[in-house]
Amino acid sequence: MKKLSARRRHPLAAVVVLLFALAATGGLYAAFAPASKAQADETSQSLTIKEGKKLYEVGCASCHGTGGQGSSDGPSLVGVGAAAVDFQVATGRMPAATSQGPQVVKKKNIYTQAQIDQLAAYIASLGAGPSVPTKQQYGPDGADIGKGGELFRTNCAQCHNFTGKGGALTKGKFAPDLTGVDPKHIYEAMQTGPQNMPSFPDTTLSEKNKKDIIAYLHAINSSETEQPGGMELGGLGPVTEGLFAWIFGLGALIAVAVWVAARTAKAKKS
Amino acid sequence: MSSQDIPEENLPAEQEHAHVAVSVADEENPFADPGLPPHEHRIQDIDERAAKRSERVVALLFTVSMLATVGFIVSYVTIPHDKSIFVFPIGHISALNFALGLTLGTALFCIGAGAVHWARTLMSDVEVADERHPIAASPEVRAKVHADFKQGAKESAIGRRGLIRTTMFGALALVPLSGVMLLRDLGPLPGTSLRHTLWAKGKLLVNMNTNQPLRPEDVAVGSLTFAKPEGLEETDEEFQNEIAKAALMIIRLQPDNIKDKRELQWSHEGIVAFSKICTHVGCPISLYEQQTHHVLCPCHQSTFDLSDGARVIFGPAGHALPQLRIGVNDEGYLQALGDFEEPVGPAFWERG
Repeated sequence: MKKLSARRRHPLAAVVVLLFALAATGGLYAAFAPASKAQADETSQSLTIKEGKKLYEVGCASCHGTGGQGSSDGPSLVGVGAAAVDFQVATGRMPAATSQGPQVVKKKNIYTQAQIDQLAAYIASLGAGPSVPTKQQYGPDGADIGKGGELFRTNCAQCHNFTGKGGALTKGKFAPDLTGVDPKHIYEAMQTGPQNMPSFPDTTLSEKNKKDIIAYLHAINSSETEQPGGMELGGLGPVTEGLFAWIFGLGALIAVAVWVAARTAKAKKS
Repeated sequence: MSSQDIPEENLPAEQEHAHVAVSVADEENPFADPGLPPHEHRIQDIDERAAKRSERVVALLFTVSMLATVGFIVSYVTIPHDKSIFVFPIGHISALNFALGLTLGTALFCIGAGAVHWARTLMSDVEVADERHPIAASPEVRAKVHADFKQGAKESAIGRRGLIRTTMFGALALVPLSGVMLLRDLGPLPGTSLRHTLWAKGKLLVNMNTNQPLRPEDVAVGSLTFAKPEGLEETDEEFQNEIAKAALMIIRLQPDNIKDKRELQWSHEGIVAFSKICTHVGCPISLYEQQTHHVLCPCHQSTFDLSDGARVIFGPAGHALPQLRIGVNDEGYLQALGDFEEPVGPAFWERG
């Protein structure tokens, strides 16, 4: 100690002290930085919710109430979860027109994905509900298409038709065509049950089941789907196929018969 | 080919009016038979070169048909069944199906077209009248048949040998009974099987998707789940017969939304279980609208209100969907508290 004290007037003493000080500062920063970053995360989360609340007050509150509690014009959003918001807003169903007829239909989405995420974060903060699925959940990896077909026929085909082309319900309502619908939105629809569609929560239709169903729909209904039997005529089944055969098949036969009989074979045309 | 090209010597001028009718109306027959219109010849009848051309066209069509049939066989042998091709208006289709359809269609069409062309241009087109003949046989023939019959009866001695006659009639009368007996194969009668399903007290409700028994907390308000009775597996021989009666539709309502008193009593915390078989003609019925609690049958649009005892609110169904009484067992699983109280599915004669 004495030695150290004796050298405090050494010309390099200031440099050494400076190095120590720098090391100490760096070490302290390293020790405290994660905590402060987490704090920053929390702030950005609450900021997202705050932004979402602003968007909500402009676009949604007139029907769903200022706190998401619902009103006579729209249901309560407490506990519907981020997945429901992502589905409804990203497919353009929400915000709905004030008079929308029997059911709210898909239209052009007016929000950016970032805004939708903010809205979803706000709604999710009102009460626990299903969160937006990840690509891992709805992607095709590891899906069993055959099992998906079975599940689709048990749970979905009664309304959406065997190949997902949709179908009619009561009083002008209908189950929409699933062709070209984003797999994420199909997953969210199964989880949350939008409008009159019943929900299929993970407790009764597992995550793997949902993945299988989405893979099945992709296999039968995408642009790469092959139709070994030829024209699918809308995929609506025997009604269109029968109608096509009767009108065009029989029509062609009648036309040929009329053409044959109308042309005289006589040398002198009458 | 116009008539100007026909060689002079081929024109059969003397045949021109061969078929003109000559009847004239008179007092007894005011509407004279106008007869057939004058026969007109085809180019092929008067021009041998045109006839030859027609012959070649017909032969060509038949030859194309033969080639198409060969093409059908070659396609069948050579094209792999999983090969896919793109055909413009149709899209991606199976190459094999397309080739088979095209070749078989061509083969059949060319036979038909050849036959039509042959008949129109080369076969005789002269109208022919063929008078009807009386249906009754002549008196001589009838007398002969009667005489033959009488002699046969006499020679066989059917009137004298009563034993043969009686036993023959007996044998002929009994033979059809064999056929009548076979009708029994339409049975056996269903007995009481239309009134009972596999559901019984204590049977767990098994989720059709996961094959696991359901717990009340699995079933969310607004969700739709299909269940089968515990112990029934898809590999069972009788699976289709049993599930056709036992299929169950499980939904959850807010208990204060349930209007029917018995439905509320038979539910468990708002979870209700209804037969999935329509009471009209037995279609599987599960087009459930979770906001209106209506369920629609896809076959004939019968609509049931699941919040009001599944009563019929629209369509041809005759009675409400049967409800299964459910509860929870000691381990917390949903279980049936008995069979359906009434027969599921469409009405039948003895249903009452």
